[in-house]
Amino acid sequence: MKVLVPVKRVIDYNVKVRVKADGSGVDLANVKMSMNPFDEIAVEEAIRLREAGKVEEVVAVSIGVKQAQETLRTALAMGADRAILVVASEDVHQDIEPLAVAKILAAIVKEENPGLVLCGKQAIDNDMNATGQMLSALLGWSQATFASDVSIDGDHATVTREVDGGLQTIKVKMPTIISVDLRLNEPRYASLPNIMKAKKKPLDEKTPADYGVDVTPRLNVVKTVEPGTRKAGIIVKSVDELVAKLKEAGAV
Amino acid sequence: MAVLLLADVTNGALATDAVAKALAAVVPLGDVHVLVAGQGGDAAAAEAATLTGVSKVLFAPDHGFCHTLAEPVADLIVGMGADYTHIAAAGTSDAKNVLPRVAALLDVMMISEVVTVIDAETFERPIYAGNAIQTVTSSDKVKVMTIRTAGFEAVAAGNAAPVETIGTAASTGLSEWVEDKVAASDRPELTSAGVVVSGGRGLGSQADFALIEKLADKLGAAVGASRAAVDSGYAPNDWQVGQTGKVVAPNLYVAVGISGAIQHLAGMKDSKIIVAINKDEEAPIFQVADYGLVADLFDALPELTSKL
Ligand SMILES: Cc1cc2nc3c(=O)[nH]c(=O)nc-3n(C[C@H](O)[C@H](O)[C@H](O)COP(=O)(O)OP(=O)(O)OC[C@H]3O[C@@H](n4cnc5c(N)ncnc54)[C@H](O)[C@@H]3O)c2cc1C
Ligand SMILES: Nc1ncnc2c1ncn2[C@@H]1O[C@H](COP(=O)(O)O)[C@@H](O)[C@H]1O
Repeated sequence: MKVLVPVKRVIDYNVKVRVKADGSGVDLANVKMSMNPFDEIAVEEAIRLREAGKVEEVVAVSIGVKQAQETLRTALAMGADRAILVVASEDVHQDIEPLAVAKILAAIVKEENPGLVLCGKQAIDNDMNATGQMLSALLGWSQATFASDVSIDGDHATVTREVDGGLQTIKVKMPTIISVDLRLNEPRYASLPNIMKAKKKPLDEKTPADYGVDVTPRLNVVKTVEPGTRKAGIIVKSVDELVAKLKEAGAV
Repeated sequence: MAVLLLADVTNGALATDAVAKALAAVVPLGDVHVLVAGQGGDAAAAEAATLTGVSKVLFAPDHGFCHTLAEPVADLIVGMGADYTHIAAAGTSDAKNVLPRVAALLDVMMISEVVTVIDAETFERPIYAGNAIQTVTSSDKVKVMTIRTAGFEAVAAGNAAPVETIGTAASTGLSEWVEDKVAASDRPELTSAGVVVSGGRGLGSQADFALIEKLADKLGAAVGASRAAVDSGYAPNDWQVGQTGKVVAPNLYVAVGISGAIQHLAGMKDSKIIVAINKDEEAPIFQVADYGLVADLFDALPELTSKL
């Protein structure tokens, strides 16, 4: 079985986001970019499945600007076998919407015939949490979102999902789309030799037109602003003072 | 204009607070039909009919819709979607699972975690862990959206909307429910509680996390946790507050042994009063706290619990 892992290039989760003063968006010029943290977990899971002999090939896919090549090289250095880059924009500020991403991924799935797509639960930039579900809909496949445990057994996968009330386990028919949550695994770091090796692994470059997909956004972003800030609070010196303040404020 | 609102129902019980808050967001858009899907949802359907602003409850009592499996429920919604301008739901894990699937089937974009409905086509939503708020307009024929309920005031009960029974599920054969692991608790539910006490890695162990629970019980509060506390096994996953956990906005939020990473702040910084207890005076949590106490939590927590 082949596994497809979509990986997104996003602002590094440690970077403090700056909203541009003219309201046109978040400043992404010269900030550190990394693989979406959830996607590292997806790559890790795919590699573990290959190591366990359940999977033969791991193909990483990224859709976005040319620089997403670096993200794919990271996936290859972690252990993915091959990569596909779909260059869909020249502007780092142009986010490709989940619907368009899902359409491109659906076309790639038809070409590549994977038995499984492992994606992240959500991209930490647009916080959409939509692409995996959309891809599953477009393909008419089963879906198992927010996975914290995955076990694949022939034509079915049993997946434990992190849900509002706790954990839910479902059984889905293969092929399937699984979106991974934070506690599925701890992704490995790429070793230096593997980073070197990754440079020689195949990386195909494509465009949305190759797949007949129109990536024109459906949502028009009118403006982007900073959220309201909280007014500065005070440091209390003791538990007694804290209790007094809370009583004063009517909070307890 | 008519809105279809998917109700969150778990084991036959309506997530009343979530639905009532989502209603507050969508009632201005037009007639609201609430969909209750799943066998055994009779009481949930009846309860939904009492919520202000509901013009009709559509009840699909088929076993195939139980546990809100995404494939059959999305098919059901798409089958009834033709007349709706908006398809919405509170941003629960069930809705996040189902609605993007609906959106793709209708070939429209998903509008996730709406915090403000400006008009029928214009919405505000947080991005980058709430570090930016985006205003978007959609020209799609149907707007499919989840509502981030924390900032909305729940609509009152007192309505008596009609309940209409609809559709059966065609078996998709794609997925089946196996089991739920849900811890029963007498505490208020995290996203609707007036007071939340949360613990972080600073608690150091599952046994010591009980200090958080003691304070919570004293305050009649719900218990929350940082990701680090959940990852370390001090607290269950459904207590996680933050960018990828639950978003809360209680009257009082007490953060203990939590550093205040942006991903955590994303889930609680709209709380009315924030209290932080941390031994590190430089911890970023103090930047959003109304009252900060620099102290060792193992001294401060028991003292606070006894003095309240
Ligand atoms: C993709 C992604 C998503 C994430 N989503 C979330 C999310 O939804 N929610 C979330 O919370 N995090 C999330 N995180 C993790 C986040 O970045 C932080 O790692 C996490 O919030 C840290 O948890 P913490 O504050 O408990 O731990 P730490 O950062 O380790 O802080 C522990 C704090 O406890 C204090 N402390 C220690 N001992 C004591 C003591 N005896 N008395 C008093 N204080 C003490 C320390 O001074 C310190 O400030 C996410 C991260 C990523 C990458
Ligand atoms: N541009 C993209 N390129 C590759 N994968 C993506 C892209 N956008 C989204 N994904 C995948 O879909 C997941 C969910 O993203 P989202 O729906 O945008 O929150 C991510 O974790 C990725 O696995």
